[in-house]
Amino acid sequence: MADASDSQSNPPVDPAPSGPDGERKLLRLPDLDRLIGLLRARGFRVIGPTVRDATIMLGDIESAAQLPSGWAERVEAGFYRVERRDDAACFAHRTSPESAKRHLFPPAQKLWRADGSEDHPQPVVEDRSTAPRLAFLGLHACDLAAIAVQDKVFMGGAYVDHVYATHRRGALIIAVQCTSSAPTCFCDSMGTGPHLDGGCDLGMTELIEGGEPVYVVHTGSEEGAQLLAGLAPPPASHAQVVAAEQLVAEAAAHQKRRMQTEGIKDLFYQNYENPRWEEVARRCLTCANCTMVCPTCFCANIEDGTDLSGRLAERRRRWDSCYTLDFSYIHGGSVRYSPMSRYRQWLTHKLATWIDQFGTSGCVGCGRCIVWCPVGIDLTEEVAALRMSARAS
Amino acid sequence: MNPIATIISRQQFFAGMDDALIERIAGCAAEKQFDQDEVIFREGESADRFFVILEGQIAVKIHGVQRGDIMIQTLDAGDVLGWSWLVPPYQKQFSAQATLPSRALVFDGAILRRMCEGDHDLGYDMLKRFIRVIAARLQATRLQLIDVYASEK
Amino acid sequence: MASNAVADPLVSRPWRVKRRIREAHDTFTLEIESRAGESFPFTAGQFNMLHVHGVGEVPISISSNPAETALIRHTTREVGPVTKAMRKLDAGDTIGVRGPMGVGWPIEAIEGRDVVLVAGGIGLAPLRPALYRLIAEREKYGKIVLLYGTRSPQDILFKHELEHWRAQFDLEIHVTVDRAIGTWRGHVGVVTTLIARAPFDPLETVALVCGPEIMMRYTLMELGRRGVRESDMYLSMERNMKCGIGTCGHCQMGPFFVCRDGPVFNYAQIKWLLGKAEV
Repeated sequence: MADASDSQSNPPVDPAPSGPDGERKLLRLPDLDRLIGLLRARGFRVIGPTVRDATIMLGDIESAAQLPSGWAERVEAGFYRVERRDDAACFAHRTSPESAKRHLFPPAQKLWRADGSEDHPQPVVEDRSTAPRLAFLGLHACDLAAIAVQDKVFMGGAYVDHVYATHRRGALIIAVQCTSSAPTCFCDSMGTGPHLDGGCDLGMTELIEGGEPVYVVHTGSEEGAQLLAGLAPPPASHAQVVAAEQLVAEAAAHQKRRMQTEGIKDLFYQNYENPRWEEVARRCLTCANCTMVCPTCFCANIEDGTDLSGRLAERRRRWDSCYTLDFSYIHGGSVRYSPMSRYRQWLTHKLATWIDQFGTSGCVGCGRCIVWCPVGIDLTEEVAALRMSARAS
Repeated sequence: MNPIATIISRQQFFAGMDDALIERIAGCAAEKQFDQDEVIFREGESADRFFVILEGQIAVKIHGVQRGDIMIQTLDAGDVLGWSWLVPPYQKQFSAQATLPSRALVFDGAILRRMCEGDHDLGYDMLKRFIRVIAARLQATRLQLIDVYASEK
Repeated sequence: MASNAVADPLVSRPWRVKRRIREAHDTFTLEIESRAGESFPFTAGQFNMLHVHGVGEVPISISSNPAETALIRHTTREVGPVTKAMRKLDAGDTIGVRGPMGVGWPIEAIEGRDVVLVAGGIGLAPLRPALYRLIAEREKYGKIVLLYGTRSPQDILFKHELEHWRAQFDLEIHVTVDRAIGTWRGHVGVVTTLIARAPFDPLETVALVCGPEIMMRYTLMELGRRGVRESDMYLSMERNMKCGIGTCGHCQMGPFFVCRDGPVFNYAQIKWLLGKAEV
């Protein structure tokens, strides 16, 4: 993904992104079922979209029947509903509250434990060597961009995070290009989507033919090619390939929201004291939803605890949020005690300091934080307002 | 220049002061020695003197009833002690005691006050010098007030 | 699993408490050593994540001499559940160690300069390793001045060592307390008041500052007034730290992870963030 500080222009949409073999294949819904079976037979845990708790979640799936065929999301700022579509599309979800983050960087992780009844309690590290490989089905371009961001966070520095790296290195990704955009999507302006630009083993585009989905598939890796070969699919027609790319280009063109990323780092660095922060803080509930649904937010707490006897101690890591008071607590009080400063911390980190820390924006334009904010705070609107306010002062 | 004026002119506190003004204020100044633990003035006394410390160390104290005297500040060579002579009702707010054998220039504040009233150039010059001292003390007091090292906050 | 334990920076190594030393009514030093006999090189100003079995983990700066790599000391105040539990540890008890972490004081880079160390309260602890280093190679530095402020005479840390240093080495040590009663013959007043007349040449001086953030802000201001260049001032920051390696996010201050990019920063590097509230 491009550096947000200079990525105002969209990446050119390649009308026919090519995998190793360059040729597009065609899959149908029963083929997806075979694909899932094939993956499971190879020992993968298959994670895909499925309707659960009145949302389209990313969860374990065992067959294509669990895909949200015929379901769509209706979303706006602070609003999410699943509803029926009039066709059998399976990958119409855009702003699921979950992303690959939940599986590559689980919300709660055991790190190690130590037995205090031993003379010198020696930490025993949680064994992750037997964890099954993950196969993601149905991630979108923004999800892949988010994984690329978290790769930098957890694997790009001096220390490689063991938990993340274990899941990530074994992961197989079957991604789906978006053929429509939710009103909250702005990946086009972030340069992260909707068209797929590498980062997956297989890439699919969902077309609807006579109410039924078909998939134009390209390969992105040797393993993906092998997997696809196992299904012996026919080639996609030229018309199907063109139609697929046409839909993706339209999805980009129809995005209503845009993030203006030009000079965004300086905008934030120079506006810590802008009155706009107080304005947004009057609406922000500091509920932390945005940090939980964000596919790149990586903050976590390290927690030490024991069993009731106090003998067995365990260290866990759990998702944390910069919206809590505890987050910045040092002896005597919290550094960021006002809701204003906590909202400012989140947005400034996401869009500005992240660039200094990891060489990329922390935002991939997925719009989840807009949808899942209970009061509908829209970060694209906040950035625009901050620009206006900065210009006026 | 008389010997007292020479000493005055060497003090940082009076740096840049007109020789003529120094000669005039030297007329109401004298040098004085204090023994270790000698009380220089007490809370509530009339404030008709101020000091520029030449040597030693002098503590500013508040009497804390049950707790005995609380030292709130120590002053060293070059420091000014006392500015209540500038502020009605010209009464000492704190006590001062030498914690080491000390030597200081003592100024007669009552006379100096009258000189300042009669000569606003001198008055303004003195006020500018004292306001710096007062501002620095106020800042230090605020920092003490925050009690930055406290365990319980 | 043992090899795995060493490789994972989130796994504590079990060390042994050798001795606990009382420094003041709420302050103590833990002297610890590796059970495996490992040598532990560190830079003055770095810290460790110390873990008490079943209680938790906290970042504590190393307060001992970097030349001594077998026995490591940490000086801390008893302020939270973990440090309270730490204070109950005795010789032979196990303590978990992760570290050394962070960026320390630029001791080598400042050779040939005058060095002014300004410490406030427990802030003397992370500066002590720097003092050991400076004394060990005394001839490589110009004037060395320690200005140390604390709450009351009872709170003065490393008192005997300070007296010893003052007597043995060519360094100026000025101690001040915020308030005193009784027989205290030393200085009373905030530590910033010592800066105006401390004997150093501002343009030749590098300042190392550690203490409560408010104290540091005013100290830096006062050093600036004296004429010390901002790029010659260093300070050690405190933030909430959980991982110590820049991945948990808690210690962020603007673009910096204090645990990884600090805790020691050049003032010119972070001045733009220091005055801003709640960053």
